[in-house]
Order: sequence, then structure tokens, then C-alpha cells
Amino acid sequence: MNETPTHGPIVVLAGGLSHERDVSLRSGRRVAQALRDQGREVVESDLGADLIDLLRGLPNPVAFPVLHGGVGEDGGLQQVLTLLDVPYVGSEPGACRRSFNKAIGGPLAERAGLERPRMAALPHDMFRELGAAAIMGALGERIGFPLIVKPARGGSALGCTKVNGPAELPQAMVSAYAYGDLAVIEEFVEGTEVAVTVVELDGEQVPLPAVEIRPNSGIYDYTARYTAGETRFIVPATLSEESAGACAALAVSAHRVFGLRDLSRADIIVRPDGTPVFIETNVAPGMTETSLLPQAVEAAGFDFGLLCAQLVDNAWTRHVATV
Amino acid sequence: MRQSGAVSLPEPSRRDTRLDPYVDVYAERTHSLTVSAVRALFAVANRPEVVSLAGGMPNIADLPREALGRAVDRLISERGTQAMQYGSGQGEPFMREKIVEVMAEEQIHAHADDIVVSCGSQQALDLVTRVFCDPGDVVLAEGPSYVGALGTFRAYQCQVVHVAMDDEGIDPVALRAALISQRAAGKRVKFLYTIPNFQNPTGVTQTVERRREIIAVAKEHDLLIIEDNPYGLLTLDASPLPALRSMDADNVIYLGSFSKIFAPGYRVGWALAPHAVREKLVLTQEAATLCPPVFSQFAIATYLDEFDWRQQITIYRDMYRERRDAMLQGLTEHMLPGTTWTHPDGGFFVWVTLPEGLDSQAMLPRAVTARVAYTPGTAFYADGLGSRNMRLSFCFPTPERIYEGTRRLGEVLEQELELHRTFGLGDEPTRHLDLTTGPAPDIS
Repeated sequence: MNETPTHGPIVVLAGGLSHERDVSLRSGRRVAQALRDQGREVVESDLGADLIDLLRGLPNPVAFPVLHGGVGEDGGLQQVLTLLDVPYVGSEPGACRRSFNKAIGGPLAERAGLERPRMAALPHDMFRELGAAAIMGALGERIGFPLIVKPARGGSALGCTKVNGPAELPQAMVSAYAYGDLAVIEEFVEGTEVAVTVVELDGEQVPLPAVEIRPNSGIYDYTARYTAGETRFIVPATLSEESAGACAALAVSAHRVFGLRDLSRADIIVRPDGTPVFIETNVAPGMTETSLLPQAVEAAGFDFGLLCAQLVDNAWTRHVATV
Repeated sequence: MRQSGAVSLPEPSRRDTRLDPYVDVYAERTHSLTVSAVRALFAVANRPEVVSLAGGMPNIADLPREALGRAVDRLISERGTQAMQYGSGQGEPFMREKIVEVMAEEQIHAHADDIVVSCGSQQALDLVTRVFCDPGDVVLAEGPSYVGALGTFRAYQCQVVHVAMDDEGIDPVALRAALISQRAAGKRVKFLYTIPNFQNPTGVTQTVERRREIIAVAKEHDLLIIEDNPYGLLTLDASPLPALRSMDADNVIYLGSFSKIFAPGYRVGWALAPHAVREKLVLTQEAATLCPPVFSQFAIATYLDEFDWRQQITIYRDMYRERRDAMLQGLTEHMLPGTTWTHPDGGFFVWVTLPEGLDSQAMLPRAVTARVAYTPGTAFYADGLGSRNMRLSFCFPTPERIYEGTRRLGEVLEQELELHRTFGLGDEPTRHLDLTTGPAPDIS
């Protein structure tokens, strides 16, 4: 932290063409302002045909992707930045892919020994070719009700439906497939919903205090996520010390299992007996006014702007070390 | 950020928050003001890769911008001290005189004293609703109706009762029945809100005969009519029809706008109201804004004085006609059997009814992924109807882009229908409004 930053402008990348564009723009503005408040030079950019020229035209840029969904989280953008030799905040392409795709990430986490809900992942073609009724029947038997149907690649709870019985399953599948051709069907885990952010500081993976999520409506959907007042957040979560420790350990384990870098946010449900169940981890956590990561950062006694600046410096230091 | 060495976080004190300290302080009428996933999807629609058939943005590329710029320059240098000053709460007298001239194009004979200038006709509707409606009062409106009007009525905690319409506008029989049943239930029905020309969202125009019938029902039952007419002069195939206000000066409040016949950024609209109502509107306007935008009124009056605004409307008509035709052509070529759509004679919008079982709101993410956007039909109902409908706007993109948008939409429909068949959802009962007899285009 004592070295003088020698990088050029920070390019905060936000927007893109994913269904979460609006959230990304809000996150991007917040990060950009926080970095400016730290005296950093910031360029805000959408994802478009002029991005590569922009990056090539800047002296020693560092990218700070704040893109949610799509190429911002599936490793596509990170791959391009790697090709361009532009240092960036966040995980490498392969790690992004593993984490973002729930159909890959779920089984990977389970194989690594993390507590996971029962799940299946199916493309919509399977239902057409083999018969929807039979597959849905098998899903009901194997996963059980209630269950959750969600798009395999996506966030912000878009396309997610809680299914209480077989009659609701077809509509839930159609809703998930509206966001992509691969869906995940997962056991619904009853319990306390928490999010644990992991940040890398001086090479250490540091779990921040768990944020407990209590939506007014009972469902942490898009409206509950992004409308101030619609959800109650408790930081640190009302968990026993043992359970809180287990959540923190789980989030760090997930960060390592997926090979993530700089920052991630694990979504966890703590069963009534205190056992934490890993749902997924996010490589580009939301940074909006109502997002979980900034709350965890504040609860940890950190300054959001300072943290963003340190992540940029980490990226630049990594880059310099490899040149 | 921290001292070197092992990371040790301070023991934080517990924070319990809903991230909004005023959450228990807000007025009850704000409770429905929440972020929605559908609204968020429209953020993608603004990207150039997406053909947006969603918004109703007027296409003002053909305005003589350089000449307008010079006129505004002169306005500032010669009359700037007046134009940039506070003005009359009712609107500037010269502006109201000009509005009288514009309304004469639709056979409305009015006096400038009966006009209240507003910040767009949207604010005129807000003022009218504020003047007339208490929480719980009933407003009758076409089903479907303009989403912005529904928002205004919701803000004043009105109950919107939709009145059935067909391809000639509101059904007078249904109007009478709705009035009688609402009043019998003890409800206070305050007015009928209607868009007679190229209605938003359906594109339907009330026939002259239908207008007479609606006025007769309203008279018979002492029902005030709010006539919202932003598109009336943008007729594409025939001459403008007489406004409701031209048929009944006593029982109609007429809302007009420069947004579609000139440019929306000036935010100038108006209400033409019976004398007693007008007084209340002026006082309400003064309480709301002190006065409508004065500079905009000067600029618009300058435009009306110095430019051939009637010719500009002709230019707009030609431009929108080409776009309307491209949309109808594209729909004819790309829509699935079982899809129908209206054939508007003007305005900006086509109302589409999807094949049985499809849900336009649920399908929107797929459409956005395919780089085409529309407005789901449910946005235009206060009661949840419209899931099988969508509104398509032909006003803004180029004809080529509109055609391409319908092609993309056709593919989206095909994928969605296939998915519904896979999951056996095609037979679900749906709630929608099909206004057309068939998919054939009316392009000559």
C-alpha cells in the first residue's frame, strides 16, 4: 500500500447488454465516484465497439469491470482484457466461467466438499426431445418440493421462481428459459439467507461480516434487491458465533475452490440447525446503494473507496510483476 | 487502508437497516413506487444494438434545427429578459392565442382565456386529477389505456375501471354499464379519460358516430370527459376527425400537446377547460410550479410565428407513414399464425395480440436477448389484463430497423411458442384484448 501508484486512468466498465445492465450502470457509477473521491483518475465506459480503442489509447490503464451477467461475469470480457494485456480487478476468465455458470459451479462446489442443495441442470432441448412430463416428474422425485428454478447464467434473481408443487413447475421452467437455454433446478433450502464477501488484502483472503437478508415480501427478488426499504439487512447476521465462523470459512473455501481473485460474494443459506449451505458465488458483486458488498465493507470498518483503490493497486502490482 | 500484518477486523456493532431512513414516513401513495425487473430490461433497449419498439419517443430529426437555433438566439438577445423571467400561472397570453390556432385544425373553437398552459399535457392531466379526485374515486378509462395516465391516477389513489373497447373505440354500452354499476356500488365516478385519436396503446381511433354516442352517454349520466389528444394531427391516411371537445364544449376538458407536432423537450402542453374548472386549474398550477416554462412558451410561439408548422406536420406525417407501413409489412411477413395486430391510421402505436398461451411480459427477456424490445400489454391495464398483448411503437427507428425488429420478434415468438408447447402451457386461459379481425396488412 505504500508504493506510489504508477498506473494510468482506471477504466470502470459498466452497462453491457445483459439483462442486468441497469444494475451494472448503477454499480459502475458508485465505484467510479468512490475512486474519484480517492483522487484517482477514472474513465467510465460502456461495453461497445469503441472499448478496445479506448483502452489502447490510454497510458497504462487498469480496468475495473463492474458488469453483471453476460460477458462481464462469464469470463468473456476478462479474456479480452488478458489478450490486450490490460490489468484488471477481479477473477481470471476460467474462474469467472466456473463461478458464473451455476450448472458448472454447483457440482464443482459439491465435489470440493461444500454443503450444497440437491440440483440438476437441464437445457430446454432435453424437455422437447425426451418429453417434458417425464423429466419434470423425475425432477420432482429427485429434488423434491419446494424447489427453485433459475437460469444457469444470470443474476439478480431474474428468471428465478420458487416452485411449491408439480403444477407450478412448467411455468417456472419457461420463465427461466426466457433468460437462456440452460436452467438449474435446485432444492429449496429453508433458513437464514446471508451473503459473505471475500476480499483479498495483501494476498490474504479476508471474509467480511455476513449480511443477513430479510425481504419484506419474503422473497429476495429483483424488486426487493434494488428498492431501498423493501428489504431489511442485518450486519453482522444474527448467527451464532460458530455458525458465523462456518459461513466465513465456507465463503473463503468457495473463493479458493473456484480460483477467484480480488473479491467475491458467496450467497449462503443457514439451516435452522446452523449448518451453512453454499448456493453460489459472484465474481462481480453488486455495488449499488442497496447491494450487499458495500454494506459488508462498511460493517468491517473499511472505506469503500479505499477498498476499490486497493483492488486497483493489486491489479497493477500483479501486472508489473509479470512484465 | 490498514496496517501490515495479519488481517484482523474490528468487532463490528450490529447494524439493522432497510437502507432508507424514511421508509415509514413516506405517503401511502408512494408504496407502489418500486423498482421492477421489466423496467430494468428497458435499460438494454436504449443500446443501439437493440431495435426498440418499446418507447414512444417522437422522431424530431427532420426539424429545421439550424434555423430554429438562429431563432432562439434572436429570442434570447432581443426578448431574453422576458423569456427567462417568471410568467403567468395560466400561461403567456400570446401562447394561449397560438394554442387556439392549433386547436382550430381539429375544429375546436375556443377562447384563449379558457386555456391553461402546462408542463406537457402529462402535467395537465396531473392538475385535472388533482382538482377532481380524492383517494378511492373511480376514473373510467379505455381498457387498455396510456400507462402514464394510469400512473397519474395511481398517484392520486384513484381506482381505474377499464371500459371495453373495440376497433371503433370505447363501447358506449359498456361505458353506460360501467357507470351505472360503479355508482350503484356507491363509488364516486369522477370522469372518463379517453384518447380518441390513434389511442395509446392500441392505435385505434374512435369513429365520429362513436364519439357522438360517448358524448351522449356522458351527458345522460353527468359524466365529465377528459379528452387527451396528443396525436390527433398526426393522421396518416385521412383528415383529422373532429375532437370530442368540438362536439361538446361544456362537458369536455381537452388536453393538448406540442410534444408530437413539434418537439417534446420544450415540455409545453395545455388544458382547455370550462371556465369554472379553468380557475381551479390555474390556482393548482400556481401551487405546483408557479408558472409553466416561460422560455419554452416563447420558443414555441416563435416557432409557430416564423416557421411553417403546418408543413412540418405534413413532413412528420410522411415520415411516420413510412415507418407505420414498414411495421405492418414486417408483421405480415414475420408473425406466427394466430397473431393479430391493429392497423392504425395515425399516431405511433400498433397493438399486437399473441397466439394463445403466450405471455408478453414473461417473453421480454428472450426478446431483449434477441435485441428487440417492446412494451408488454400488462403495462396498460390497472387490473392485470393484457398478458397476451404487446404495444409496438413505429415512431422512432428507421423503417429498415423497424422491419428488422419485426423479424427478430417473429423468431422470438417462434421460440417461445415452441417452449410453451414443450411444457404444455398452450391451453392456459389468458386475459387479453384482441382488437383486429386478422393479420393482413392494410398497405396499398
